[in-house]
Amino acid sequence: MTELLVLVDHSGGAPRRITLQLLAAARAVAPALGAEVAAVWLGPGAAEHAATLGAHGAVRVHHWDSADAKGYVTLPQVEALAALVAADRPAAVLFASSNHVKDVAARLAVRVDGGVITDATGLAVEDGAVVATKEVFGGDVITTSRVADGHLPLIGVASNAFAAEESGGGPAEVVALDVAPSDAATAAPVTDAVVQASAGRPDIAEASIVVSGGRGLGDASGFELLERLADLLGGGVGASRAATDAGWYPHRFQIGQTGRTISPSLYLGTGISGAIQHRAGMQTSQHVVAINKDPEAPIFQIADFGIVGDLHQVVPKLIEQLEARRG
Amino acid sequence: MRIVIPVKWVPDTAGEKHLDPGSLTVDRSVASVLCPVNEFAIEEAVRIKEAAPDTETVVLIVGPEAAGPTAAKALSYGLDRAVRVTDDAVAGSDAIGTARVIAAAASTIGFDLLLFGNQSTDARTSLVPAMVAELLGLPSITYARRLELVDGGLVADREHEEGYDTVSSPLPAVVSVVEAINEPRFPSFKGIMAAKSKPQDVWDLSALDGLDTALVGAGAARAVVGTATPRPPKAAGTVVTDDGAGSSAAELVAWMAERKFV
Repeated sequence: MTELLVLVDHSGGAPRRITLQLLAAARAVAPALGAEVAAVWLGPGAAEHAATLGAHGAVRVHHWDSADAKGYVTLPQVEALAALVAADRPAAVLFASSNHVKDVAARLAVRVDGGVITDATGLAVEDGAVVATKEVFGGDVITTSRVADGHLPLIGVASNAFAAEESGGGPAEVVALDVAPSDAATAAPVTDAVVQASAGRPDIAEASIVVSGGRGLGDASGFELLERLADLLGGGVGASRAATDAGWYPHRFQIGQTGRTISPSLYLGTGISGAIQHRAGMQTSQHVVAINKDPEAPIFQIADFGIVGDLHQVVPKLIEQLEARRG
Repeated sequence: MRIVIPVKWVPDTAGEKHLDPGSLTVDRSVASVLCPVNEFAIEEAVRIKEAAPDTETVVLIVGPEAAGPTAAKALSYGLDRAVRVTDDAVAGSDAIGTARVIAAAASTIGFDLLLFGNQSTDARTSLVPAMVAELLGLPSITYARRLELVDGGLVADREHEEGYDTVSSPLPAVVSVVEAINEPRFPSFKGIMAAKSKPQDVWDLSALDGLDTALVGAGAARAVVGTATPRPPKAAGTVVTDDGAGSSAAELVAWMAERKFV
């Protein structure tokens, strides 16, 4: 049977949340494509997670058990996938629409003459082709698109667009993928992999709740307050461009047109006016809460719940009450 | 050492963006600007040139006649010259088609380093730098938050969700930078005046080495937009005014509890 491939996104030897969401997305369209869902795991660690992948619908996992997958920039993964695509001729490949994974898809698309669609929030099958729904321009416009006939569809799926769901399947069969990276693929080695502590906080793309701060925080110490709030909610912490430009919070947490796009269940913005450049990165959040001193701040136009007030008064009270509820 | 900096002409970042209802491509009839993410690539190129004055810096832009002022804007930061690729056949290209034009133009110019911004503020796919690298058979050192040129190569820190990877690569290479890499300067008055007299070549596709024009334009797009609809307007939410002592926090907690967020 033709395979619908899911490229496993993993970190520290474990699949990221998005991987299980990708499997749910794949299961939603596989029957209409006449395909079965298979996973691809590039790098060590698949065997330990075959049960989880199977329970979420993967009948098998193609495993390239080599540290080379992440030991060099992008290309070993591209070569492994290109070999698998040539041998298996999958119906489509689904991948996490995150930065480094998109690089793999971009290069693979050129190599196999496929087409890439990023940031899909919905998938359907029409006339045998995968049709991806995508929100563009910060969610102002919703498009549907597909990959031209005869070309491999490579579809990047947005975080939190699909809910992970168990299928009741048994462990995925682990099938070894045997590739040796070329000299070109090993030209750019990773000499140091630095994981910066985030105290166990989820990344903003994966988190169901994101607490975010902007210029109104006043200084870097405001983010300590937001981190306490986020930890009480089990959420991630993001920032506006004004806050990352000021050096109050690391750039990788910047939400907006020149940063990252997130779609959590709840976005809680504090001291952020909500200029169009910021909204482009969070407008598709399911629920928006805003706390801002300025009643005219544009963020209130898209807020489901807004508080006109001083965040330095409101947020500590919020933390106090959430702590009290915890007991 | 020659650095080519591909830049993009994008709709004003402060304005609403639309798709042209006919072609379903980005409506460029609105005011357009130099993509702000490119300013970080330009700044990095200018700094490299300051440290190694024999470096030549070339801005590359693919776009219509109207993108000319955007190339001049890029030159005003201190880059040496511009190449603009203007050809109706490019219209409607997807990321791969665009990458083919940029790759062919960059090869025609010749370069040691191709320096992109990590994403554009309109399409925001971040696909093009890696596609260009693939077309040219070069390493793609994307999302760099630090870039250092060393003997015959480069060292970079590639940002990701959990931190960064330090990587090394030979040259030539394709690099894309994130905003964390530097703080771009503003163009000086002298820079703006000097930009007017800097060379700006205009090429059509026939000037590009090794480009298969059948693989460029709307007809060659591998990703095809079928429909585009405006997002339905959002219903107005509840807005409360705090009493100055944070009492509204209780209302927010109740609202969150009702929706099972706490």
